[in-house]
Amino acid sequence: MEFIDYYKILGIEKTTSEEDIKKAYRKLARKFHPDLNPNDKEAHQKFQQINEANEVLSDPDKRKKYDTYGKDWQHADQFEQQRQSRTQSRNEDGQQFYSNSDSSDFSSFFDSMFGGSDRSNRQTKFRGQDYNAELKLNLTDALLTHQQTLTVNGKNIRITIPAGIEHGQIIKLKGYGAPGVNGGPSGDLYITFAISPHATYKRLGNDLFTTVKIDLYTALLGGETTIETLTGKVKLTVKPETQPGTKIRLKGKGFPVYKKEGETGDLYVTYEVELPNKLTEEQKKLFIELSKLK
Amino acid sequence: MQTDEMIILDEFCIHHHIDLTFIKSLHESGLIEIVHTEEKIYIPLSQLPYLEKLVRLFYELDINLEGIETITYLLNRMNQMQQEILQLNNRLRIYEND
Repeated sequence: MEFIDYYKILGIEKTTSEEDIKKAYRKLARKFHPDLNPNDKEAHQKFQQINEANEVLSDPDKRKKYDTYGKDWQHADQFEQQRQSRTQSRNEDGQQFYSNSDSSDFSSFFDSMFGGSDRSNRQTKFRGQDYNAELKLNLTDALLTHQQTLTVNGKNIRITIPAGIEHGQIIKLKGYGAPGVNGGPSGDLYITFAISPHATYKRLGNDLFTTVKIDLYTALLGGETTIETLTGKVKLTVKPETQPGTKIRLKGKGFPVYKKEGETGDLYVTYEVELPNKLTEEQKKLFIELSKLK
Repeated sequence: MQTDEMIILDEFCIHHHIDLTFIKSLHESGLIEIVHTEEKIYIPLSQLPYLEKLVRLFYELDINLEGIETITYLLNRMNQMQQEILQLNNRLRIYEND
């Protein structure tokens, strides 16, 4: 545990007045407040440091103690006890300095210096820290609305993942972050979805793209081919003289539109024509004849 | 819209220890929507997190109404740009995985 220079955090001098401490705090809080820096972990951490510094330096008693014992914080408790025993009569029911209250929003240094219980007297309410989590899904998982249970900080949270969720999309679960300080609101939980690429299908928004191989004869003469889509088999009719790279659209066979039940994107199929190899002598002869007809 | 999707504005103000005139100013600036009935003023439940954010900006960070308007505009733009980046990244993934 290291000494934290609260003056440095707020960018002020030891001699700075209470009024100027408040100004410095406000200025930095405006810069790093979570509301102004959504999804920015660094800003959130910085904001907590600023809060902690302000918590100490804006309170004359805490500031005095910090200034007196600051760098000798490890011995602050002993000094304090000695001082009290000299100046005050012994109080049997005296409040213990340290407590076991949740200290997740403040540094260990703060808790060692001021204890958790001391904080409960302050007036300002602070919103709890936001949590961030990543949830990996397959493309097929994102196809249907389903439920999953996440464990965040030892707590099980059951969430419903709507069909059509996109890679990189963030869902906010209000109030599932760290508890607030002094009765302040809890933070939020941000879940970022990471959807693994599919071997056959590429997704762009609500549309799916795939490539289907057809043989030369089907491409030239037309015919049928069956493809395996994400939701089942589909039979395609290939028109005669289909060129390599021809793209067809299967309306409504794409991805479900996020939070719009019944709406789906389209599936785009690109034909890749496979040329025959290892031709027999007879095939070669026929191709030669064909080439003469050109 | 049904009444159970609304919050009585007076109750919101009492709960957050804020002045009703502040909410009215937000409404006049076009930042929030409020619903008047014959007896009471309501805010839609869907706007609650957003309104709480505006309250924090004003009361915790001392940002005035003009500042809130500017910040809201810029945050919306930032959000739109993040969406655009997300879409572009997803488009790029199609070619990266080839």
